[in-house]
Amino acid sequence: MSEKAPPDKLVIKDLYKIFGPDPDGAMKLLKQGLSKDEIFAQTRATVGVQGANFSIREGEVFVVMGLSGSGKSTLVRMLNRLIEPTRGHIFLDGEDITQMSRKQLIEMRRRQMSMVFQSFALMPHKTVAENAAFGLNVSGRPDKEQRDSAIKALDTVGLAQFADSYPDELSGGMKQRVGLARALATDAPILLMDEAFSALDPLIRTEMQDELVRLQQHEAHTIVFISHDLDEAIRIGDRIAIMEGGSVVQIGTPEDIVTNPANEYVRSFFYGVDVSKVFNAGDIAEKKALTVFERPGVNVRAALAQLRDHNRSLAVVLERGNKFRGLVSTKTLARAESGGGEAKWDDAFIPGVAAAPQDMGLAEVLSLVSGSEHPVPVTGDDGVYLGIIDHKILLQTLDKTG
Amino acid sequence: MTMRDDFNIPIDEWVEQGVEWVQDNLTGVLDGIAEALTIVIDGFEDLLLAVPPLVLAGLIVAFATWRVGWRFGLFAAFSMVLLFGMQIWTETVSTLALVIGSSLLALVIGIPVGIAMARNNTVETIVRPVLDLMQTMPPFVYLIPAAIFFGLGKVPGAIATLVFAMPPAVRLTNLGIRQVSEENVEAGLAFGCTERQLLFKVQLPLAMPSIMAGVNQTIMLALSMVVIASMIGAGGLGNTVLTGIQRLDVGLGFEGGLGVVLLAILLDRITQSVGTDGRRSVKTGPAALIPRLWNTLRGRSN
Repeated sequence: MSEKAPPDKLVIKDLYKIFGPDPDGAMKLLKQGLSKDEIFAQTRATVGVQGANFSIREGEVFVVMGLSGSGKSTLVRMLNRLIEPTRGHIFLDGEDITQMSRKQLIEMRRRQMSMVFQSFALMPHKTVAENAAFGLNVSGRPDKEQRDSAIKALDTVGLAQFADSYPDELSGGMKQRVGLARALATDAPILLMDEAFSALDPLIRTEMQDELVRLQQHEAHTIVFISHDLDEAIRIGDRIAIMEGGSVVQIGTPEDIVTNPANEYVRSFFYGVDVSKVFNAGDIAEKKALTVFERPGVNVRAALAQLRDHNRSLAVVLERGNKFRGLVSTKTLARAESGGGEAKWDDAFIPGVAAAPQDMGLAEVLSLVSGSEHPVPVTGDDGVYLGIIDHKILLQTLDKTG
Repeated sequence: MTMRDDFNIPIDEWVEQGVEWVQDNLTGVLDGIAEALTIVIDGFEDLLLAVPPLVLAGLIVAFATWRVGWRFGLFAAFSMVLLFGMQIWTETVSTLALVIGSSLLALVIGIPVGIAMARNNTVETIVRPVLDLMQTMPPFVYLIPAAIFFGLGKVPGAIATLVFAMPPAVRLTNLGIRQVSEENVEAGLAFGCTERQLLFKVQLPLAMPSIMAGVNQTIMLALSMVVIASMIGAGGLGNTVLTGIQRLDVGLGFEGGLGVVLLAILLDRITQSVGTDGRRSVKTGPAALIPRLWNTLRGRSN
């Protein structure tokens, strides 16, 4: 292969995958312009990916988005040849992955590319640390190096103290952190993430997305992320590729795609969904308000001082266990203080503020927020405070519908 | 009538000719197999009989208590008392040696065959009907050639037991490996496993509960062959039952039968405890011996 690849991390050229008995016959029909369905009817072959052409830049988060069956999983699995491409080339730093021998391929998987899976795919009989060290173990590194790198990776995802637990002792979010740590431990520059956060509940999912973005700022990996979730793609993607029926129909930054959708299919991703039905209060709540903890020593004066220090007019008061207690503002605090005698803490709360449960639909939240001059606090199970929704957050969310 | 008489596919003759051919041409091989089996099973029996009965019984009770629990330990102790009381200890040990010896052989052959089946569909297509044959052919039928090839005694008994007891080990190894989730296999490959590493680091450990269920079934089936195998002189508890039948001695027959049942319960519960104990057993229990042995062997060959 003498083709000179551009200085991108991964370059995908004319990549095809056809499943079934006669890929060559199906390729011919495909070249003649027949559709996926016609080809299936004639040859029983399924076109998985057709004519993919794009590059992934070093250090970017590249999201491959599409509905199920659009070929996104197949496309990503061809990058490390878990699925063998039928035609085409994939260049990693200029070297053609499709031409690698078995041995080179294994070496490439050990050093260059690691992967995170939707259902975590951890080994239940191994400890968290052993799971995280899996890639290094397979490469035959010394035990100490395995353990050290695993602990370091676990530390990065905040799970170092669980190193000697077993996966079944962890929650879903924690398991996926282990999955992520396993991928980080090998120091591979490329991370393939296959619907990595789709099996997690919405709150944990956002948390993991934020964590991934944070990780990315510290040590830049090139991340190829599969998702069917629009919100996720916009949140973490530097660029998004949208797939339909095995073809890549558009590639661009989230803004590009929102403002100039290439076709009706892409448009439907952004405009077809009624955001107010897709999201609920827990999805959009943000922890941007100042929080004051209610503990024995706290009083009106101290709280007021805290608000003034931070230059805020409003604060969320939390009691033990991060439970929502109420909202206070500089106004109500000042009123309570000037009320004469001992300033009563209980009098300082804004009256009539009720928290919205996290599963409240956006339509209801809308009427709550518009009917209140204060942000609406959102609570999860057992009244645990999750964040607030104010006018700005709500408008930004609704804006996604266009 | 004439039609029925004339139309004859002489399978009986072919089988006889086949048996004769084997007898004439493969005597050396047969003798070798017989020699090896005798060493394994007699060695096992001698070893178990060399231990003073009370010590062996104590060990069995202790093992049962450790693996299953104190209640089962009590049951094991009670069983030992019964076996001594019925004066069938020697027969029991002899049967135990035959069962463990032939089960071990069944596993040594069966598990690798199961692995090959799981990794290759052609192998599966070929092996599956053979397993069906082994499981459904009445054992008495292969008792005859076994006796012709190996004479009377423990060796043909062990061979017949082996044939009868091996299929579940093969089937459940195959099934266990095929049931390992696609993502786990992909994870193994994505992190750079070679085929061999995939097998030993991913597929076998995750298939272990299923494989252990197969081991348990193999041991149980081996035990159920005891009486039949004693018809060609395998001895042990089966012989006690057989003598009871021949002499119409109900009491003696029952004692032999009870011995088999007690042994079955002990072996079943103990092997099951190994299989169901989840990840701990895979790491530290007796089941860990299998992957550990593999690893040691591989370490040497490298």
